[in-house]
Amino acid sequence: MATPDRVSYWNKTKSLMFTMLGLWVFFGYVIHMFVEQLNTIVIFGFPLGFYMAAQGSLIAFVVMLFWFARRQNAIDEEHGVHED
Amino acid sequence: MANTTSTTAGGGDFTSNLGRIYGIYTGGFIAFIILMAVLSAMGVENVVIGYLFMGFTIVIYAVIGVLSRTMHVGEYYVAGRRVPALYNGMATGADWMSAASFIGMAGSLYLLGYDGLGFVLGWTGGYVLVAILVAPYLRKFGAYTVPDFLSARYGGNLARFIGVIVLFSCSFTYVVAQIFGTGLISARFLGIDFNVAVYVGLAGILVCSMLGGMRAVTWTQVAQYIVLIIAYLIPAIWMSTVKTGIPIPQLMQGQALANITALETAQGIAIHHITPFAHGGYDAKNYFLLILCLMVGTASLPHVLMRYFTTPSVREARVSVAWSLLFIFILYFTAPAYAAFAKWTMLDLVASGLTPENIAEKAGWMMRWAAADNTLVQICGKAATDTAAIVAACGEKGVTALSFADINLNADMIVLATPEMAGMPYVISGLVAAGGLAAALSTADGLLLAIANALSHDIYYKMIDQNAPTSRRLIVSRILLVMVAVLAAYVASTKPSDILSMVSWAFSLAAGGLFPALVLGVWWKRANSAGAVAGMIAGFGITLFYLVMTQYGADFDKATPNMELWWGVKNISSATFGLPVGFAVMVIVSLLTRAPSRAMQDFIEEIRVPRGKQMMEEKTA
Repeated sequence: MATPDRVSYWNKTKSLMFTMLGLWVFFGYVIHMFVEQLNTIVIFGFPLGFYMAAQGSLIAFVVMLFWFARRQNAIDEEHGVHED
Repeated sequence: MANTTSTTAGGGDFTSNLGRIYGIYTGGFIAFIILMAVLSAMGVENVVIGYLFMGFTIVIYAVIGVLSRTMHVGEYYVAGRRVPALYNGMATGADWMSAASFIGMAGSLYLLGYDGLGFVLGWTGGYVLVAILVAPYLRKFGAYTVPDFLSARYGGNLARFIGVIVLFSCSFTYVVAQIFGTGLISARFLGIDFNVAVYVGLAGILVCSMLGGMRAVTWTQVAQYIVLIIAYLIPAIWMSTVKTGIPIPQLMQGQALANITALETAQGIAIHHITPFAHGGYDAKNYFLLILCLMVGTASLPHVLMRYFTTPSVREARVSVAWSLLFIFILYFTAPAYAAFAKWTMLDLVASGLTPENIAEKAGWMMRWAAADNTLVQICGKAATDTAAIVAACGEKGVTALSFADINLNADMIVLATPEMAGMPYVISGLVAAGGLAAALSTADGLLLAIANALSHDIYYKMIDQNAPTSRRLIVSRILLVMVAVLAAYVASTKPSDILSMVSWAFSLAAGGLFPALVLGVWWKRANSAGAVAGMIAGFGITLFYLVMTQYGADFDKATPNMELWWGVKNISSATFGLPVGFAVMVIVSLLTRAPSRAMQDFIEEIRVPRGKQMMEEKTA
């Protein structure tokens, strides 16, 4: 089962997973730790720190997920383990 | 999956015409709203409009439910595994967005300002974990239920049984909150007593889920999503247009925030809406822990995960997670705007010079809500049922001019009351009520089905009678569904807590109990049966212990003093303790006991790649 190709497939899948996890930590937590500093920047009436929690991070999550579905599918096809 | 498609009448026709069917449905619903507006303008009474809105939508759901009835196991449990990614996304959106999102969230954002955004973040970001860690792998395995996976991965019925216990606890807590929500709506808009109203809501829930299982629930949920999103967007767009002239509430929220801050300053309110970590006891620690528990809970809740069992392939399951979040996002990035416009409206109302004598005239809606339930609107600390009551309560406190802080609105009523607050015609109130009902019903359907499936499939079929014929399994499932639903309605009628807290507890219970076993089951081959069982018991046990002890105490009485919070962590984030303990116990016990067999390691290898047959094949006849 653990052919070299499978090992490389799983390594790529894992690194994509960790990339996503990193982005998730950034948009889910790290950016909101600087809310007070970000709030000093105001765009269209939005304090930026408030904006990130109300909309910014959410947009990032949605974009990340569509990107992930495409990326993972490309990895599947590259290694010939996609579904028919 | 060709073997499952042929047996259902018109199934293929239906799935290829989905766009047209739901297009016509949406047009019909909009026509219905216009008809209601016309009737209302012609002088039909408000309560009649309320009945028509709720009655009409429930009838639609029931019709879909009846048309999708099935006696086929694969259809009943996983909708035949041929729900396209986009529609599954929409159904997941409705499954996900419950009374807490629709009714509770914007209300909490109104009260908590920035700190309420923890709910917005927590209930969206979790889908990242669903997509990258769990859902595609469970789809490849081909389970009917989440405990199915636990049993296959951790060899045997002990892991399955503990999985069922966790599933039951979190889903039941969650469903109680939904029935509570339907009761609240029925009480206000149909004018019936709350204790009766919860059972009325229950009837609405049962017609959708009982006959057709997952198949019926899927197609009603798509219909419910359309109702709830229209109902949520219209009032927000309305307020934005009236207040700013531009019908994009999400964008104009910036202007609303600037005005809120200015009005707050003028009225001497020290803690601003936008000030972080300052409302309702949410310090930075509780804010981030809540986000963590909600996100991890998302990736562990069985009624959400099981939606991804219905897609035709692993690939579609991944895309479907992205669609789900997009559909959820549409409501979630509107909620803060909804809250901001409502708060702006209220601050304006206060600025117009409110006194105990004139409030009944300026804001009669408060009296109507106070009459529906005396905890919903309090002015000067007492139920605001009429002018006399308000004048008396304020006179005692020596209040002559009402300030923003004197008016205490319950979080669960703000969304439902906003149309009246902002002076919209009653049709919009009826629409919002129908939307709230759709949100509560759709989630309750998904939850009850998850519970009934676990009891009938995992307990009855897999653990008690492996030879039970299909028809008996499905009948058992339906009977259990009704029993659980009635029990939940009874608990809801006792008003255990507010909607948002009950739902957050469900997330913590799921996170503490299931997350380590699910994630390590896919990502760590060394995880074994003993480790998983010990980890689930420890993680779930600690979470439940903390929750019960801090909420009710050892004597199960809310009124007497309860256990002190540990390090000040609120009990809606109970998984703060269960999660690390669950992971640690699972890893340590796994390492101390024997590694999983060669066959099990091959099994895990197989789950990790999309190609190949799904692993669990079920006899479907």
